[in-house]
Amino acid sequence: MRKVTCVIIGGGSAGLAAAIELKKNGIDDLLVLEKGPEVGGILNQCIHNGFGLHEFKEELSGPAYAERFALQAEELGIPIECNTTVTAFYPDKSIEVSNKNGYEVIQADAVVLAMGCQERTSGQIQIPGMRPQGVYTAGTAQRYVNIDGYQIGKRCFILGSGDIGLIMARRMTLEGAKVLGVAELMPYSNGLQRNIVQCLKDYDIPLYLSHTVTNIEGYPRLQKVTISEVDENRQPIKGSEKVFEVDTLLLSVGLVPDNTLTVEAGISLDARTRGIEVNEYCESIMPGVFAAGNVLHVHDLVDYVTAEGRKAGRGAVRYLKGELPERNGFVTKAGNGISYVLPQRVDYPSEDESVEFSFRVRSPYKNASIVVKNGNEEVKRIKKLALLPAEMEKVILPKEVLTTIHDELVIEVEEA
Amino acid sequence: MKYDITIIGSGIIGSSIAYRLSKYDCSILVVDKENDVANEVSMANSAIVHAGHDPEEGTLKGKLNVLGSRMYPQLCKDIGAHYKPVGAFTVMHSKEQQATFDALVERAKARDIPYEVLSAEEAKKQEPNLTDEVIQVLSMPTTAIVIPWEVALKQLQVAVLNGTEVKLNCEVQSITPNEDGYTLHTNQGEIETKIIINSAGLYADEVARMVGLEVEDVIPRRGEYFVLSHDAKNFAHHIIYPIPTAKGKGILAVPTVDENILLGPNAEGIEDKQGVNTTIEGLNYIRKELLTSVKNVPFYNIIRTFAGIRPSIASKDFIIEKPIENFINLLGIDSPGIASAPAIAEYVEELLELPYPIKENYETKNPYTFRFQELSVEEKDAYIKEHPTYGNIVCRCEQVSEGEIVACIHEVLGATSIKGVKKRVRPGMGKCQGGFCQPLVLEILARELHCKPEEVQYDQLGTNPVLAWKGGREDA
Repeated sequence: MRKVTCVIIGGGSAGLAAAIELKKNGIDDLLVLEKGPEVGGILNQCIHNGFGLHEFKEELSGPAYAERFALQAEELGIPIECNTTVTAFYPDKSIEVSNKNGYEVIQADAVVLAMGCQERTSGQIQIPGMRPQGVYTAGTAQRYVNIDGYQIGKRCFILGSGDIGLIMARRMTLEGAKVLGVAELMPYSNGLQRNIVQCLKDYDIPLYLSHTVTNIEGYPRLQKVTISEVDENRQPIKGSEKVFEVDTLLLSVGLVPDNTLTVEAGISLDARTRGIEVNEYCESIMPGVFAAGNVLHVHDLVDYVTAEGRKAGRGAVRYLKGELPERNGFVTKAGNGISYVLPQRVDYPSEDESVEFSFRVRSPYKNASIVVKNGNEEVKRIKKLALLPAEMEKVILPKEVLTTIHDELVIEVEEA
Repeated sequence: MKYDITIIGSGIIGSSIAYRLSKYDCSILVVDKENDVANEVSMANSAIVHAGHDPEEGTLKGKLNVLGSRMYPQLCKDIGAHYKPVGAFTVMHSKEQQATFDALVERAKARDIPYEVLSAEEAKKQEPNLTDEVIQVLSMPTTAIVIPWEVALKQLQVAVLNGTEVKLNCEVQSITPNEDGYTLHTNQGEIETKIIINSAGLYADEVARMVGLEVEDVIPRRGEYFVLSHDAKNFAHHIIYPIPTAKGKGILAVPTVDENILLGPNAEGIEDKQGVNTTIEGLNYIRKELLTSVKNVPFYNIIRTFAGIRPSIASKDFIIEKPIENFINLLGIDSPGIASAPAIAEYVEELLELPYPIKENYETKNPYTFRFQELSVEEKDAYIKEHPTYGNIVCRCEQVSEGEIVACIHEVLGATSIKGVKKRVRPGMGKCQGGFCQPLVLEILARELHCKPEEVQYDQLGTNPVLAWKGGREDA
């Protein structure tokens, strides 16, 4: 059995950042396992720009952003095995690995989970109707078009205003397809504001808020999509139907962390993030098991994924060097208006100068305040002109505040 | 070409009959209008081998279900198909159901089917997600689950190895009698045959009328389902039924061979034999009715909805008959059709009284017994060293390798479509529903079948996922 000090599962932006952090801090016996033919993960099919504004203060395409980290990993001599799939992960930090050279068990001292996420599918959202050809998740369509170079359809409708859906509305248009519209179940978009402008408005593609697809017709190929307006309980309103004659329906209806391996290993998931619960070092309840990136919670910007990967890498370094003290901290709680807070626990409140908390609001707010509480006592308040569920919010708390919290830290929204 | 026997329909019934008859020294042809074996009724159902206590006394269903269910363990062993006797729990949750419950117990006893009556407490120990209202449970330990299309395919493969021919994409349009049997007029030309076995499922009434028989209509009865991911595999370990009513067996929770859970089906008579659409009303009905027997349903783990169609008839019981010389009619083979299939084949064999001798050499066992995924770590490693493509995982959710996909394309009756691959080795059955692996499976199919990527179909003609290559990666 091969022994490796730290195995990183996934060579996307989170995994690469973690590996680089580990290597830079003297952990040389590393292994990055990547199922695809090259590192970079889903960035490789994101040929649009907009990546790297925080990391590099410039706008890069997805592949260019990935390449910067791939090159750095190469320069540092980090061992990476591509075309290699992890087929099982066990609580003792042993993992089963398959590639064309064989099938083996690797025993690690620490593991960083960086498997990314999956798209929600038509089955998950249970669109009624037929199941013809021509219905794709936006990411699969993106791969067919951008990586493989295929045309997939000529007249297209998009359900869901997630970022991939918006990006694909523009992409399909540039590829010569007619995009007839985007429907969004919620009364607001789930994509970044800049994507609404640059991908829909600039191309005169209508966005139907508070609408959903209520029927799919055609066989063997999609012919018609019916959308209906929904009421405040998100139920379709009879009589509001609009029919679009299209051969392609793209779904951009959410991403879910890909924790198949984690669940099989018996680690339970946070019901809201669908990722594991972690502390401020991205460390799970099982010492030595870390997670970062979209496998932990779905991010809006890759720059934040990279930062989280570094954080997990730093945690793994300290774990491996035996620098972490006894866990003795507090839990965090998503209060009024907040869907989740990460990390779910702070285990070492006096270790670092500060800890960063990430969270998302449940619905849009204007002129509201983010309030951080130690139990019932307010410890911080930040005024916000606008808060959107599509955008991740962050709060940083210093050691002086963290060491005063003994029960739970609550983050909530207070309307003006 | 002239055949002694032509079987119309390659579903589990047609395939079971072909398997059974392929030992005779005669020429047999199986035709199916679909591009793959077992692509309609056998493809979308609850996949249960019922023990046989449910059909009423004196029916063909009752007789053949009990017989068929007993034949399954050996059959699946011979053909290398999955068979899991997970057992069934029929849940009584109100006092009014006592009479029906007792009748089921009586029938199980009379038919010598193993059963046990469990108290609510005992039952909940084994199935913690049973509803709090449960009063008692009828446990049927021999009720089993299979993969119906696998049972069909594996039997038909053996038949082919025994000399049976199979024509897919072959739709029978009319039938005329000739001096020595029948001529089938199909989209692939004329086929002459002495004997016809009509196992055309949803279309069996139409085929019967082609030879002038007056038969009742096949009533397409749609059943909708939810599929739960492996994450929910511990939700139910037995098949959980409510007490059956006049409307049917009710809404079930069914573990599948591959560790998913099926929730469903409803039962709705529809007009269109291809109306496999799901409906808001149907799916909502399942969500609601399910709660009469189980609680804590992990609806979050739904990965797919689908609908299948049962070929029902108004008179309810199976019709299996030889109404005219050289013509066997199978009509209304709905539930428990899967459970009865091997016994139906035997029954048809008896009806036929074939004059042909039994071959000196014939196979009953399927040679494709290799299951890579069941190997140990060391065995997998050794196998990959000899066959490197088995190390290349194409479908991450179901952990399917390139080697397994290539093998299922090149077997007898191999896959020719993405769905064909999915039926045989499962890429696309998992949580991502093919989101990650479909482009890879498409490439493998194009390479192995020597066609262009845009010619690769998801299912039947016209379901190609990509239209044309517009340039880009050279090796795409």
